[in-house]
Amino acid sequence: MDKKPIIQVSNLNKSFGENHVLKDFSLSLYEAENLVILGKSGSGKSVLIKCIIRLIHPDSGEIMVLDHDISELEQDEMDHLRAEVGFLFQSNALYDSMTVRQNLLFPLRKHWTKEERQDHAESAIQEALEDVGLAHTIDMMPVELSGGMRKRIALARTLILKPKVILYDEPTTGLDPITAREISELMNSIQKKYKTAAIIISHDLNCIRMTGNRIIMLIDGKNYAEGTYENLLQNEDPKVKDFFEGL
Amino acid sequence: MGLAKKIENPFFKEVGEISRFTARFFREATKPKQEWDEFINQCYWIGFKALTLVGITAFIMGLVLTIQSRPTLVEFGAESLLPSMVSVSLVREISPVITALICAGKIGSGIGAELGSMRVTEQIDAMEVSGTNPFKYLVVTRVLAATVMVPVLSSLAIAIGLYGGFLGVNMKGDVSWTLYWHQAYNALIYGDFLPSIIKTIFFGFAIGIVGCYKGYYSQKGTEGVGKSATTAVIVASLMVFILDLIAVQVADILGLT
Ligand SMILES: Nc1ncnc2c1ncn2[C@@H]1O[C@H](COP(=O)(O)OP(=O)(O)O)[C@@H](O)[C@H]1O
Ligand SMILES: [Mg+2]
Repeated sequence: MDKKPIIQVSNLNKSFGENHVLKDFSLSLYEAENLVILGKSGSGKSVLIKCIIRLIHPDSGEIMVLDHDISELEQDEMDHLRAEVGFLFQSNALYDSMTVRQNLLFPLRKHWTKEERQDHAESAIQEALEDVGLAHTIDMMPVELSGGMRKRIALARTLILKPKVILYDEPTTGLDPITAREISELMNSIQKKYKTAAIIISHDLNCIRMTGNRIIMLIDGKNYAEGTYENLLQNEDPKVKDFFEGL
Repeated sequence: MGLAKKIENPFFKEVGEISRFTARFFREATKPKQEWDEFINQCYWIGFKALTLVGITAFIMGLVLTIQSRPTLVEFGAESLLPSMVSVSLVREISPVITALICAGKIGSGIGAELGSMRVTEQIDAMEVSGTNPFKYLVVTRVLAATVMVPVLSSLAIAIGLYGGFLGVNMKGDVSWTLYWHQAYNALIYGDFLPSIIKTIFFGFAIGIVGCYKGYYSQKGTEGVGKSATTAVIVASLMVFILDLIAVQVADILGLT
């Protein structure tokens, strides 16, 4: 692949005290690609994508996002870059004191002017909600929604700024198989419509098979193995084999 | 070794952390672009949450204080000083402290639980990712709202407490409405009001800071949220008493007593 990566992580290290979570971890994400990160619970997958969005500061290593070295950006520049990178939190992180409309409006506070918000916010909210099939929930509170619906609203909230990349933190974990399947299908249709690239953290084999183009195994804090799903199934390395047998 | 151990002491560590949090509050609060809408929301919310309890408690306090003080004053033949005594106690001590304690319980724990649950459900991270400074949006607004609203509530508590006092005075004696208010007012001087207001500003600030600090750095998990709310109440109440002690010393030095 000679295309330029839109996210490139090189030799990333991160420890919490004695706990060395990431050790020289590297990855590249290319345009229109869905990259899956597989790894045991507690292996540092969330830490990794939180480093990419600068919610966590790594100890060393370089992170390039859309040609910016994020460690060198001022706060304001970083905030603008964040508009291009959607983040779907594992817990959805919907603001539970706000309605669905207010939730979707929130990211626009920073990135749209007051006039833009007055004129275009309502239609942007409508469109984002239609993308996830939940236009009728616009005046509801997050507590009134089911788990799957909340995941969709959270996705709509990241879509409203039309990001170029979406980082999904375990998007189907905790959902029933049917809802999980619907979310995976939704992720695919979003990618088709907006031509986004994505990093997807997941344990869900169905989700991985449906959405992933390429898989990276995060083991012992490293990019331990990398390839398509079929490639990795053939991999003879005991740690990789162990992992797939455990799934 | 001895010193290092002392610094490791959780109490000193907590004092250090809260001081750092307070310093950060001033840094962020002075940055441009204030979140006025959220500040106004928080003021309403604090007033709404605490007003009933503050009002009822202040009325009862005024009433009870009057009933309890009467025998002593009668003994000295100073029964006519009852309205003056009630108003001075209410303004100087009872209203500020009772209001602050109620707010520590309701507002401190409310902020601690709210921010704590926002922390553990990643809502604070989500704000940051969407380009809104969560410290400014959540912490600065709440601390300022508490700083403004506790003095307001305390002033209301003084007024309501005086009505309680009027009822108390008239349960056994007979003091006319105008005479009561006349006496209650005349007993008060500038030197009573000013320290009372300044004191409550500090109480409100402390309650806001402690509630926000506990919530903002809440431990993961649902028990973390409960812990944030409870410790916020305990620490904030303790701070109220410590500040009260400092306030009385300062007022004394400045000759305001
Ligand atoms: N803020 C933090 N402070 C201390 N340790 C953390 C923090 N965040 C994550 N960790 C630790 O880092 C490791 C990886 O966590 P995480 O990335 O959340 O795992 P997962 O792969 O399941 O997403 C865990 O051992 C966790 O305890
Ligand atoms: Mg995780």
